[in-house]
Amino acid sequence: MNAYATSNQALQSLIRSHEVHRDVFTSPEIFELEMQRLFSRTWVYVGHASQVPEVGDYFATTVGDQSVVMVRHATDDIRVIYNRCAHKGVQVVSEGQGNTGKYFRCPYHAWTYRTDGRLLAIPLKQGYDEAALAHCEASQGMKSVGAVHVYRDFVFCRLSEQGESFTDFFGDSLSTLDNMVDRSPEGKLAVVGGVFRYMHACNWKMLVENQTDTCHPMVAHESSAGTAVKVWKAAPEGTPKPAAVELFAPFVSPYEFFEGMGIRTWRNGHGHTGTADSIHAAYSPIPGYWEAMEAAYGEQRAKQILGEVRHNTVYFPNIMVKGPIQCLRLFKPIAANRTLVESWTFKLVGAPDELLARTLLYQRLINAPTSVVGHDDLEMYERAQRSLHTRAAQWVNVGRLQEQGEGQQPEAVVNGTSEAQIRNQYRAWLKYMTQEGAA
Amino acid sequence: MSHITSQMLIDFVYHEADLLDTKALDAWLALFAQDGVYWMPLQPDQQDARLMGSLMYEDRVLLATRVERLKGKRTFSQQPESRCHHLLQQPRVLQVHDQGGRTRTASHYTETRADEQVIYAGWATHDLQIESGELRIRCKRVDLVNCDAAFGNIQLFM
Repeated sequence: MNAYATSNQALQSLIRSHEVHRDVFTSPEIFELEMQRLFSRTWVYVGHASQVPEVGDYFATTVGDQSVVMVRHATDDIRVIYNRCAHKGVQVVSEGQGNTGKYFRCPYHAWTYRTDGRLLAIPLKQGYDEAALAHCEASQGMKSVGAVHVYRDFVFCRLSEQGESFTDFFGDSLSTLDNMVDRSPEGKLAVVGGVFRYMHACNWKMLVENQTDTCHPMVAHESSAGTAVKVWKAAPEGTPKPAAVELFAPFVSPYEFFEGMGIRTWRNGHGHTGTADSIHAAYSPIPGYWEAMEAAYGEQRAKQILGEVRHNTVYFPNIMVKGPIQCLRLFKPIAANRTLVESWTFKLVGAPDELLARTLLYQRLINAPTSVVGHDDLEMYERAQRSLHTRAAQWVNVGRLQEQGEGQQPEAVVNGTSEAQIRNQYRAWLKYMTQEGAA
Repeated sequence: MSHITSQMLIDFVYHEADLLDTKALDAWLALFAQDGVYWMPLQPDQQDARLMGSLMYEDRVLLATRVERLKGKRTFSQQPESRCHHLLQQPRVLQVHDQGGRTRTASHYTETRADEQVIYAGWATHDLQIESGELRIRCKRVDLVNCDAAFGNIQLFM
């Protein structure tokens, strides 16, 4: 059962140009290797600087299967350290957020650490031989992850000490984060509104795939978005279109609409739907917002910012960002067949509250565990997770609109119903799963 | 109807749960006032439904969408169908007046689908008022004891 750990060839055999082997979704061994390799070598989203505004503020979370804590060590210095006491391995702070003051203190034996993880003090220290302790792993304190990069307040880390730089990893894909931040008249976002936490009995990559799968909404969401449109149409004539219907209705647009939306792919598995049009393009204007943007940026620049209609941007491996709706979904891998989806909401600082109200409405309707759109999708993922165990047929098809030489350009724009971005993700998956060098 | 008694409010709450358990969902929907809402906060003691996330904050249009969706032939997340069971403690009457009142009811709610059964615990607060001569729901607020936990699908109404 160690076929994949010792053989890159075995891993390569799982990803064909137009097909993906079911083991990628079902194998516990593959999952374990993803944690050791993929989630170590890539730049993974940790959290947002607005969650730790003051020195000593922390936010405890996971990166892959690793328990970490993001902490503001100094005014302009956010650290990510493993949430593990150097003494007995106890989780130092429980998941969630708070302020730890000048140091972390383990609740078990009161070992203390500075907010950069360095060991500060051990009770009864005379009980340790100083020279011997210096040679112990414990003397290193709470270890730091390999590297941290804060990009316009989005905090990413690479667990591995060696590897691609942040800039090389993301390249031009950062333009989606730029656009989301620029939508604030003050150029500033804040995490608000609470987090929606939705447990999925499926592999995390099914969710990532789904973000740029534009051939499912009119089918899988006929029951939810389609019904919302039907219910509204039955309302007496002259009834104003409810905000919820405005958000639901585009999901059941025809194939032609999604074809025209366009898809852009970047290197390393990043990409987005909505290059030319998107299901977020035709929302009603929010009173006061344009005026605030125009005042902040001038007419031309404001138009350029708001004219960007990107739908879903996948930052490989495991987040999706929506600029026009200001949300971020984080697909936290728990096991080969278990994923926690966290949906985070951002407030555009300096913009009218109505924008935030709309984002929260969107989150309730689409991303909550009580969301009918969520129910449609999860049913499909869970059915896939079950039936991928079929031995008689073992390949998942990702071949729609495949083109010659795909993936050789740093950036490409294609038909909106192409599975090019999905293939892009699996190429990146293979790259980081088989890369030589330190995990 | 001019005189509202505590017992009428209590009976209403039991009746509402019974309609949900028997899946008489059109009748259930008709219990809501025209501007009635069903609210499930995301956080304990949450006051704001607009600028704070909620699991549900739904008016009649959205509730009607859910009820219609549950009947749909292409509603695959309901094949097989979910079923539910409300176990209510006797509602406490917090307010009673000429035009309605408010109750708070502790409950255990069970939702099942195929071989899966999930139990939730919480409290429902009903704000009831007279509309066209009948008691109607202005707001049903469901506070789960673990409202901020990670959940799988919650497909029916608590």
